[in-house]
Amino acid sequence: MEAAVSDQQINLLLTDLLYVYGYDFTAYAKASLKRRINRLYTLDHFPSFAEFRYRIRSDENYFNRFIEQLTVNVTEMFRDPLFYQALKTQIFPVLATYPFIRIWHAGCSTGEEVYSTAILLKEANLLHKSILYATDINAEVVKKAAAGIFPIHQMQQNSENYQLAGGREEFSQYYIAGYDHVLFNEILKKRMVFSTHNLVSESSFNQFQLILCRNVLIYFEKDLQGRVFALFDESLDKLGYLALGSKETLKMSPMVSRFRQVDTEKIWRKMQ
Amino acid sequence: MAENAISKQCVVIGGSAGGLPGIIYILEQLCPDFPTPIVIVLHRRNDRDSTLTALLSHKTTLLVKEAEDKDVITPGIVYLAPADYHLLIEKNYSFSLDHSEKVQFSRPSIDVTMQTAAEAYGSGLITILLSGANADGTAGLEATRHNGGISIVQDPAEAFAPFMPQSAIDQLVTDHTMNMAGIVTLLYRLLVGPVTHQ
Ligand SMILES: C[S@@+](CC[C@H](N)C(=O)[O-])C[C@H]1O[C@@H](n2cnc3c(N)ncnc32)[C@H](O)[C@@H]1O
Repeated sequence: MEAAVSDQQINLLLTDLLYVYGYDFTAYAKASLKRRINRLYTLDHFPSFAEFRYRIRSDENYFNRFIEQLTVNVTEMFRDPLFYQALKTQIFPVLATYPFIRIWHAGCSTGEEVYSTAILLKEANLLHKSILYATDINAEVVKKAAAGIFPIHQMQQNSENYQLAGGREEFSQYYIAGYDHVLFNEILKKRMVFSTHNLVSESSFNQFQLILCRNVLIYFEKDLQGRVFALFDESLDKLGYLALGSKETLKMSPMVSRFRQVDTEKIWRKMQ
Repeated sequence: MAENAISKQCVVIGGSAGGLPGIIYILEQLCPDFPTPIVIVLHRRNDRDSTLTALLSHKTTLLVKEAEDKDVITPGIVYLAPADYHLLIEKNYSFSLDHSEKVQFSRPSIDVTMQTAAEAYGSGLITILLSGANADGTAGLEATRHNGGISIVQDPAEAFAPFMPQSAIDQLVTDHTMNMAGIVTLLYRLLVGPVTHQ
């Protein structure tokens, strides 16, 4: 099956995105990007590449859809429960010694990860002195994350993950159930700050004791991964922690020498 | 081993239900200096354990490892697609992982790995589709041929679950239909030369 949008045409689109909108996707992993673009092209029944390109360039609403579809937003609460267990048992006791805890969820998608962390912080009696910054390139998912409203059908799975992560309470106490959605408690949301932030082009905006950037970097090429690691390095306190997704690693980056892996999970501590 | 030159050739093997014995059969017959990297996409349960890697390691002298994001694809290594991620091959002969939607109800998808491999390796690609109970892989074989590579399916009569190879045959996207012994002989003929093995 011949791909509908060729490599050359993809380069045209990426150049457009950069010059028309200031979004730089040129250092994203190409094979995945190409699949996403072709998928959208087919999904939206464009008769020709020219029309596809014109629509993206000229229609900002469609551009937003394009960005949404280009990036992979799949997430769930307590994704990789053992990771959260490590967070709770190995990282939180150290964070507890700080008077004030700043955490950054970079690439938070619809926010499930942020609520998961907040719940565990609350159970460790740390939430009141924590602030969780949650950012994503995609304004639409950030809006959803800030609302804290999630489909009710996911709660069964979320609750199971929560138990596996070592949660000991009744999971349903953290939300109010509506007909087909649930609304997470204000007490969790009160400690969160949501904003758009593009890891490719924007700079550091604070110092953190813990940065989570999970399942974002696999979509970047190696060089861009390196630049983002430098951004995290700059944004981390000495002895701060960096948490990556289960298939991501600091191993190949020159920065690794200044970090020490904390656990079998993908958590590194900045040593100098 | 990591010092080996990048290979412009690659073998991608896809399997689903009943595919494991075929994979083991092939691995058992690979010589220690087999010249091309092997990439295996096997549908399996979503677990974190490395049982499959360990199991396959015992079947060959080649290094067997789970493919990691950004690994440069190197001869002498048998790569296994990790559970629950699509495994994509970039044009610089490295892997990238992707957790997007399932394709043909599968993640990893055989089609996705083979399609991206076809674009990267062109005529240097050999794809092999083994036993399975769904239609994954057919589009991958089609892409292989479209880009000048060679596509092989296990003879459905020999496969535990004939649906997957049969689907490719029905779509006329196969160059060779063979039993496992034939597949191994062909691999050696295409990649190692006319020497006899074992
Ligand atoms: C698969 S989600 C990960 C969600 C969550 N961290 C998790 O592990 O489940 C990847 C997110 O990264 C975001 N993303 C992609 N490129 C980005 C960039 N340049 N800057 C910030 N976020 C980005 C996407 O919008 C998407 O929401």
